[in-house]
Amino acid sequence: MDAIRTLDATDPAGSSGPDRSQRRRVGLLHRFANPGRFLRLAARLQPWTNALALVLTGWGLIWGLFFAPADWQQGDAVRIMYVHVPAAWLASAGYVALAVCSVLSLVWRHPLADLAAAEIGPVGAAVTAVCLASGSLWGKPMWGAWWVWDARLTSVLVLFFLYVGHIALLRAFDEPQRGYRAGAILALVGAIDLPIIKFSVQWWNTLHQPDSITLTGAPTMSTSMLWPLLISALGFSFGFAAIVLARLRAAVMEQRLRVLLLSRGNAAAGAPS
Amino acid sequence: MTSPVRRFRALVARDLRLALRHGADTLGAVLFFLLAGSLFPLALGPSPELLRRMAPGIVWVCALLAALLPLDRLFGAELEDGALDQLMLSGLPAPAIALAKMAAHWLTTGLPLLLAAGPLGLMLGMRLAVLPLLLAGLGLGTLVLSLIGGMAAAIVLGARRGGVLLPLLVLPLATPALIFGAAAVDSAQAGLNWRPDLLLLAAFLAGGLPLCPLAAGAGLRAAVE
Repeated sequence: MDAIRTLDATDPAGSSGPDRSQRRRVGLLHRFANPGRFLRLAARLQPWTNALALVLTGWGLIWGLFFAPADWQQGDAVRIMYVHVPAAWLASAGYVALAVCSVLSLVWRHPLADLAAAEIGPVGAAVTAVCLASGSLWGKPMWGAWWVWDARLTSVLVLFFLYVGHIALLRAFDEPQRGYRAGAILALVGAIDLPIIKFSVQWWNTLHQPDSITLTGAPTMSTSMLWPLLISALGFSFGFAAIVLARLRAAVMEQRLRVLLLSRGNAAAGAPS
Repeated sequence: MTSPVRRFRALVARDLRLALRHGADTLGAVLFFLLAGSLFPLALGPSPELLRRMAPGIVWVCALLAALLPLDRLFGAELEDGALDQLMLSGLPAPAIALAKMAAHWLTTGLPLLLAAGPLGLMLGMRLAVLPLLLAGLGLGTLVLSLIGGMAAAIVLGARRGGVLLPLLVLPLATPALIFGAAAVDSAQAGLNWRPDLLLLAAFLAGGLPLCPLAAGAGLRAAVE
């Protein structure tokens, strides 16, 4: 309990935060701004996300890589899709999560949103890299080139650079709070790239194929391939959530440790005088 | 009490005077632009056909890189000597301060780049007939670059290595301007319709004009907090 209070006291959002009446109004939002409450909930969620991620990813990938039929046109290379599509979907979804955290951070100064944005960044960059690499491996046998400069590929590459820029910006400030603010502004500006990625296959004549799965229409893909793909995508999503959750817990504990060490250092320095 | 418009104009005029008195710093970006542009014929060989084909892209990429050079000092000098705090207290809203600095950046970097782009385009073998189109696209494009660049400069304010970070942040965001601007000239050279590309570039500018100063203002407020 003591550690929680020291963390709150060092946090500018907590000390100079909204007054009592405002605090009640945003109560739901700030319910999990309390790091202790978040840690307790996260510790309970973590085993479930871990287990779901492992089971679903394993199930989807084994089904997709060994049992799903080969494509009549692409042959066995189609199996790359079971990694590529979930990674691509998570690359965009991760950036959406980053943008949402940035809004929470800029508007409500939510302390956990700052940490979450900082922890989503590297994971998002990693899945974007997996998406680009697996797409490149698929492109060589199918298109005859590792890379083509079409709109979908280029916009995902820009997304990767946006992730990297966000990571670099966060770590460029001596004061973490300044880095969080700057990173949140940048993440929101970069969110403009998301619709461009989504619609690039419709706006431009791209080599990358148009979407096979849409929210409104029937999928243009056999159900024998669709099921392993959906299961694999779900598994990847739980994996993403599990990694972010674990990193977030570690970040909260790291912040607590730093505060404790600092206060102990201060106490030791202040004792003789 | 002077009016906000008056204060805005005074801020732009102050930056222009500063740029004029440090003439060498101002000319540096233009010289870099010409120098970088003339490296391409040396590296690719002087074949006129090849150069004419690549000229729009070369001019655009060099302009993009040259516009990055002065960004580091756009707010940096003011932050160090405390003038930024004074500016923020001047009663002018933070986005307006950012917009004034962006306007000054365009007048001291974008406009000279436009003047230098004509000769560079001709040296790379572009036809005189497509030159107005290149300048029109570059005119819109340098405005976009000033907006995005000013925004990034405000965001990295106070970072340890802002100069290294700036290209990393500006270049991905500026890619649409580069694509449409170079494509317009490319289409004109190939005898195709160039209007859609130029209109998309103008739309990009219209979107950036209100949004970039707002984001930059948020960055400035965070920097002086």
